[in-house]
Amino acid sequence: MIDVILKIALTLFSLTIAISFYRVAKGPSMPDRIVGLDTIGVNLLSMVAIISILFGTKAYLEVILILGILSFIGTIAFSKFLERGVIIERKSNR
Amino acid sequence: MTQVLLIFLPVVCALLIPLLFKKLPSIHTGWFVLLVPASLAVYYATFVTKLENHGPYTSTFHWVKSLDLSFTSYIDGLSLLFSLLITGIGALVVLYSIFYLDKNKEQLHNFYFYLLMFMTAMLGVVQSDHLISLYLFWELTSISSFLLIGYWYNRDKSRFGALKSMMITVFGGLMMLGGFLLVANMGDTYSIRDLVAQAPTLASSPYFVLALVLILLGAFTKSAQFPFYIWLPDAMEAPTPVSAYLHSATMVKAGIYLVARLTPIFAISEYWIWLVLGSGLITLFWGSFFALKQTDLKGILAFSTVSQLGLIMSMLGAAAISLHVDGGSSAIFKFAAFAAIFHLINHATFKGSLFMIAGIVDHETGTRDIRKLGGLMSLMPISFTVAAIGSLSMAGLPPFNGFLSKELFFTSMLALKEFTLFNFDTWGAIIPIIAWVASVFTFAYCLYFLYNTFIAKSDYKELPKKPHEAPFGMLISPIILASFVVIIFFIPNIIGKYFVKPAVLAIQPQLYRSASEIDITVKAFHGFKSTELWMTIAVVIVGFILFSTMKKWRKIYTLVPEKWSFNHLYDQLMLAADVGSKKLSNLYMTGAIRHYLMYMFACIVALVVTTLFLKDGFKFSFAHTAKIGIFEVAIVIVLIVGTLTVLLAKSRLTAIIALGAVGYSVALFFIIFNAPDLALTQLVIETVSVALFLLAFYHLPKRYRIEERMPFKINNFLIALGVGIMVTLLALSAQSQKLIPSISQYYKDTVFTEAGGGNIVNVILVDYRGFDTLFEITVLSIAGMAIIGMIKLRLSRKEKKSHENE
Repeated sequence: MIDVILKIALTLFSLTIAISFYRVAKGPSMPDRIVGLDTIGVNLLSMVAIISILFGTKAYLEVILILGILSFIGTIAFSKFLERGVIIERKSNR
Repeated sequence: MTQVLLIFLPVVCALLIPLLFKKLPSIHTGWFVLLVPASLAVYYATFVTKLENHGPYTSTFHWVKSLDLSFTSYIDGLSLLFSLLITGIGALVVLYSIFYLDKNKEQLHNFYFYLLMFMTAMLGVVQSDHLISLYLFWELTSISSFLLIGYWYNRDKSRFGALKSMMITVFGGLMMLGGFLLVANMGDTYSIRDLVAQAPTLASSPYFVLALVLILLGAFTKSAQFPFYIWLPDAMEAPTPVSAYLHSATMVKAGIYLVARLTPIFAISEYWIWLVLGSGLITLFWGSFFALKQTDLKGILAFSTVSQLGLIMSMLGAAAISLHVDGGSSAIFKFAAFAAIFHLINHATFKGSLFMIAGIVDHETGTRDIRKLGGLMSLMPISFTVAAIGSLSMAGLPPFNGFLSKELFFTSMLALKEFTLFNFDTWGAIIPIIAWVASVFTFAYCLYFLYNTFIAKSDYKELPKKPHEAPFGMLISPIILASFVVIIFFIPNIIGKYFVKPAVLAIQPQLYRSASEIDITVKAFHGFKSTELWMTIAVVIVGFILFSTMKKWRKIYTLVPEKWSFNHLYDQLMLAADVGSKKLSNLYMTGAIRHYLMYMFACIVALVVTTLFLKDGFKFSFAHTAKIGIFEVAIVIVLIVGTLTVLLAKSRLTAIIALGAVGYSVALFFIIFNAPDLALTQLVIETVSVALFLLAFYHLPKRYRIEERMPFKINNFLIALGVGIMVTLLALSAQSQKLIPSISQYYKDTVFTEAGGGNIVNVILVDYRGFDTLFEITVLSIAGMAIIGMIKLRLSRKEKKSHENE
């Protein structure tokens, strides 16, 4: 029973990713794309969690954490890039 | 042992030359050098009488035993004769050069070093019994000749002549090496004596003719035979002692020596007879015909050398015939070998003296142009006498040695009419006619040389120097040689007994058991019934007419345009090689990486697919494949979509993001295929590399940041498709044919018991196969340092700035 539910959830997440990917590909402005990517990251993270339940292993928990961090860092970096034009700013007192 | 080491005496002494030149500048270095060939000549002269009773002397110095390489000095009649020529004429040439080259103006240490090096090389060539060491010395003669021709290296013509002779003789030398290796392979020995002993069995080898042709190429290029004679006239830019020594008496006879030495092996083949005889006759005619065209004294002598070498070569070809005649030792063909060797000695004497006279004329008048010279007879009587003796001997008149060898030459050429094998019955009649016509031309150019230099009237004021007789020291050597020319005419049979017959024995060992068996006596006068005498008389008459009417028919030389000459052909060949190879490499070396990648990928596809087809490598079986689930399908679709987006994206940013998507879906693959460590790493690395791509993208120069779709190119498309298909096919067929089981079971069993770990991937990385990890760490640190270096180190800009500040 739980297997079926998990698989339905996975399918739904995949659909979400597909829809978000459409936004990334199409997205008229750059922020649209970045938000789309962020959504994809979160959904990927959820998919990994469900897959690890399906496989009955704890080995993927690190992957979930890493994905969370990376998705966050990536979004921040992109946003800063859009805002300032650089990701790492030089120290002003140099 | 001393015998073989003495070959190296000149080159060892040469090491002292620069020291003597620098430390004892008051004495002409040539006086020290003179000791070397003189003492060697005395040493070799002692062999002359010993050889008759004792037989050949051998002496071996082992060089590389495991490869069967050795220096073997083998002295029989032939090599002794050549050794005596080399050292004897070498001594005379050194003596001449002492007076010819000014010790204050010339770089004598270079000159004598090269000359002694050449002497060693030449002695090595004629005495070597080992094919490889023979080749070694052979190339050393080419190199030292190159150095000597280019002695005045600041002249363009010298360098051109040196390069030309080097190219041609080294080409021949390499061909000859190939022939040597083939022969050594056939007979399973490098020793020439052993090869001669098994000569009949060698002839049955399929490579026999190939080896023969290759070796003859070497001999013909060295001995300036048609059509390889073209380097010799250009080699006349060398100092005259060099021309006299190398290009008349010794080096150009190395090819003659080789043909004579290998006659016992190859004479059995009709190709040998025809090639040697034919090329000799053509060279003889061609050289004598074109000698009359020359206006430079040394040019005339160069062409006459070519012609005389052809004469000797043709007689060696005729000598090979005696092998095919029953009772060759009593037949009329026996004269050819004798005549060849006899003329070889005679040619060395008169041509050496003529070159020295040409040098003296050049030295005392400042020019070698025959159109400016003339009337030197009364001013330089001694030189004139020597020149007259030399040229009349070359023309073949009594009482000089050239007469005797010319008579013998006619005898051996007339004898060819009686030979019927190998199509000689159809061509045999023409050969004496060609020989006779060539002799007529020879007579004419000898008169031309003598008359226009010494007798014809001329205005001295046009000469660069006021002509006068040369110093006595310079005249010694030509006088000695000229006296030989006369002496040999009166005592031909003594020369024959001690020098010619032992050499003939080496050329035709199957005919005679010992040198004393050869019953040839040279007579100056054969009686009025002999054809040879009437041929000589006709030569004199027709030659005289030809010379006196020279102005009328000389236009014939302008009939054939310069474009058709072999010199032009050589120039064009060099140019074509130069320009052609440049064009060829420009054709494919475009400098565009895109093209190189295309070559590489196309080659990989062609090679792999062809190999798989030829070896029947395509075998697909899907028996062991796992089931395909819905996730895999979904992720594969994402992968394909991502990849297509990368290819078709209009903006670069989209392509980068799509690449990131591809990377992440690969990470997803790792997850569903149970590889958590890989998935972790892949995620982090993908993120970092996407960030780096973005960095690189941001710094693109604005001018080039034109956003457009990648243009479609059919070639690229086909190659990409090919590579993709190839890799797919390769993976499928490799997967279908697993021959051995995986070793991973061992890791699974021992990961805890042996290594004390639970994570099998990590244990493999740091324990079972830690070396790979170590060097991957190294790779990463090198990459990191390289990036720092690339960013921080900006020498070129700094240098620019410092220059600007100045």
